[in-house]
Amino acid sequence: MEIKLKIWRQKNATSEGTFIDYILTGVSEEMSFLEMLDFLNTTLIERGDEPVAFEHDCREGICGSCSLYINGRPHGPGNLVTTCELRMTRFKDGDNIVVEPWRAKSFPVIKDLIADRSAFDKIMEAGGFISVNTGSAPEANSIPIMKEASDEAFDAATCIGCGACVAACKNSSAMLFVAAKVSHLALLSQGRAESARRARAMVTKMDELGFGSCTNTGACEAECPKGISLAHIARLNREFLKAGIKS
Amino acid sequence: MSSFINASVGKKFLVSISGIFLITFLAVHLTVNLFLLAGQESYNMAAHFMATNPAIKIMEPLLALGFLLHIGYSAFLTFTNRDTRPLKYAMVDQKETSTWPSRNMFVLGTLIFIFLVLHLSNFWVKMKFGEMSYIDYGGEMVQDAYSLIKAKFVIWWYVIIYIAGAVFLGLHLLHGFQSAFQTLGLSNQLWRKRLMILGTAYSIIIATGFSIIPIYFLVNAFL
Repeated sequence: MEIKLKIWRQKNATSEGTFIDYILTGVSEEMSFLEMLDFLNTTLIERGDEPVAFEHDCREGICGSCSLYINGRPHGPGNLVTTCELRMTRFKDGDNIVVEPWRAKSFPVIKDLIADRSAFDKIMEAGGFISVNTGSAPEANSIPIMKEASDEAFDAATCIGCGACVAACKNSSAMLFVAAKVSHLALLSQGRAESARRARAMVTKMDELGFGSCTNTGACEAECPKGISLAHIARLNREFLKAGIKS
Repeated sequence: MSSFINASVGKKFLVSISGIFLITFLAVHLTVNLFLLAGQESYNMAAHFMATNPAIKIMEPLLALGFLLHIGYSAFLTFTNRDTRPLKYAMVDQKETSTWPSRNMFVLGTLIFIFLVLHLSNFWVKMKFGEMSYIDYGGEMVQDAYSLIKAKFVIWWYVIIYIAGAVFLGLHLLHGFQSAFQTLGLSNQLWRKRLMILGTAYSIIIATGFSIIPIYFLVNAFL
């Protein structure tokens, strides 16, 4: 099939970007979205043009590297998929496809479709850890944990830190990401002791880095490739309130 | 405490708590207003009870503070949030992922604020500071607020403005009700669904309740 692409091209972090149109023929439905971009890049290289820069790694939806805003939605159409899991079957012959990088003040674009997401690392450094060494993986029955708590902690831990929540949010808020990390640790005994302090440290860092605040629109949850629930944000809010009362 | 208020989540707490306070106020307001449907004496006595009740006297300045906190902090957060994405997306598709009211709370809030200014100048200012007529109900002189309201609601465009105000309020509550509880951390997977249902029901009650009153007067004027 033939598709009409409108892709954001930006030389580097300081230069101004612009959209460039490409018409790509010979795209097959079996291709993943990233394979389609690989195909485009091959034709661009053959032509002697600069290939489109985009991030990718595992290509199986678990690393959180891919990050494309396709036709107005992070990770493109459909739910619970990362860009690498998106297939060209979602599109049909003659479709227009607009491809943009994540856009947020805290995620500056460094080249073409690559946004610098190291702000997430800074939030993690502010509190997304357990301060004491809890040793290697413990024997499964040595610390009893309620099934519901372990399930919920696991659901939170599936966050791959791709940043789709920030990209989807009208306020560019990182609350769903922070909530997933806070919730994951707060539900388990090793992380519970510091949960309130962790929530405050991570939220403070999030504000400082220029992410917006949450208005509970729910766009993040709907776009999250891992389906992280808004209930985790409610828990983050509780932990933050706890930290406020303690101080 | 200052670090709590300085954080975005801390400011949101204030917006939520004041929001829930205003939600409670609306229920009281609507209850008193529904006495309008029961006739002149019922409503005038209900309004008189509210105006002379010492508990309400204490609540009045608190209510003003509630409005100030709610408007002030949400405006501040909205303007801060506007700066978080200097370069906008060329194409945005949010129709499947979030509701229109949830994305436009500030727009709805602004419309409600404009309505509120008009509403206060129509009634509250006149009842508090204006020249009002009084009726003698069994030896007690009571302000005739009923006639003031009736005189306004026989004008069709006033009725339209008041229905619009009620609808804006309903839409604002549709998102605001459950959102307030979520921000306070009083929600989870199960309660979110319950709060959604409760919030939707409340929004419908408020929007229709406040719309019925002007419609009732307008219809009666033509009968």
